[in-house]
Amino acid sequence: MSHHAHEAEVVVLPPNKEKIRHLWKVAGILLLITIFEFIIAFSMPHGVAKTAIFVLMTIVKAAYIVGEFMHLRYEAKLLLWSILIPIVFIVWMLVAFLYEGMKMSDINFLQF
Amino acid sequence: MSHSTATTVPGRSIWDGGVSPMGVSYGKLMMWFFLLSDAFTFSGLLITYGLIRSAHPAFTGLPDAFAFSPEYWPIPEKVFEAIPFFHGLKAPLVFVGLMTFILIMSSVTMVLAVEAGHRMDRKAVEKWMLWTIVGGLTFLSCQAWEWTHFIVGSENGTIVKDFVNGEWVSRIVRGASLTENQYGPHDFADFFFFITGFHGFHVFSGVLLNFLIFYRTVTGMYDRRGSYEMVEKVGLYWHFVDLVWVFVFTFFYLV
Repeated sequence: MSHHAHEAEVVVLPPNKEKIRHLWKVAGILLLITIFEFIIAFSMPHGVAKTAIFVLMTIVKAAYIVGEFMHLRYEAKLLLWSILIPIVFIVWMLVAFLYEGMKMSDINFLQF
Repeated sequence: MSHSTATTVPGRSIWDGGVSPMGVSYGKLMMWFFLLSDAFTFSGLLITYGLIRSAHPAFTGLPDAFAFSPEYWPIPEKVFEAIPFFHGLKAPLVFVGLMTFILIMSSVTMVLAVEAGHRMDRKAVEKWMLWTIVGGLTFLSCQAWEWTHFIVGSENGTIVKDFVNGEWVSRIVRGASLTENQYGPHDFADFFFFITGFHGFHVFSGVLLNFLIFYRTVTGMYDRRGSYEMVEKVGLYWHFVDLVWVFVFTFFYLV
């Protein structure tokens, strides 16, 4: 490595044990939620309650990924809200489109 | 890593661009906003899936009596129930679950690479980036198998009746294309191709970016630069790909 001799010395810090343990804990939570979703998928009849559980679990997983893995929870609050507030447009689109879809279903498949 | 809410540049006033109120570099901030816009794109795809699905009739009988038909939307777990090397075995959603596991694990190795980058630990960044690339390639291989299985379909196929020249004609449809498929209405396969395809393309470009970062780490570029922030930026992208899969998994496969 003699040709690197002229470069500035890089100071390598020791692993941050506490932080790494925390990251593995988050990974464990994500896997547990996925396993839980699997159990629900095969033990509950299809319906509103089942869908609600899936949506809730998905939001929890998304919060852990964005908050911990993507580090958003620890960023400046201004950045956090700049990313989170525009999500209301997605919620709006979701509500509007699903309502529209049900109306389309009523019109296309009239039951006499 | 800066946790401060305002970073001031000496010699410039706060009214002269001398402050970064979000406390992150330009590149990282723009990555966040790109990901936000990408979130809108994926939401557009998934919500339209919801619209089209709720505009179709659902299967009303018992799940055990379910049979494929273009008349109603299929139950996803009846479509995705095959796993490689076990022909004919019914294992609903097991393979997709495995793919989810692989992607979550590659997200964990990515975040460990970012942690190692904060410590300027080149060896550890190399190790974890390599694991992330392996995870991404494994996921892509799984998806290639899934697509092949979906396109080829089952031996029996589904009998479809068409009204041609005043009489009903039966024919067998096997597998899936953009125009018709054996699983349900043709929109179902279209959404499968577009949603998982668009996500798969993100994974593919993510693997390319990860490889670029790995290469630059190995050649010592970030040591010379004195910062491993690029690992963090590409890490954001990679976690986002994992995030999208969490939603695809729920809204395409589970619900």
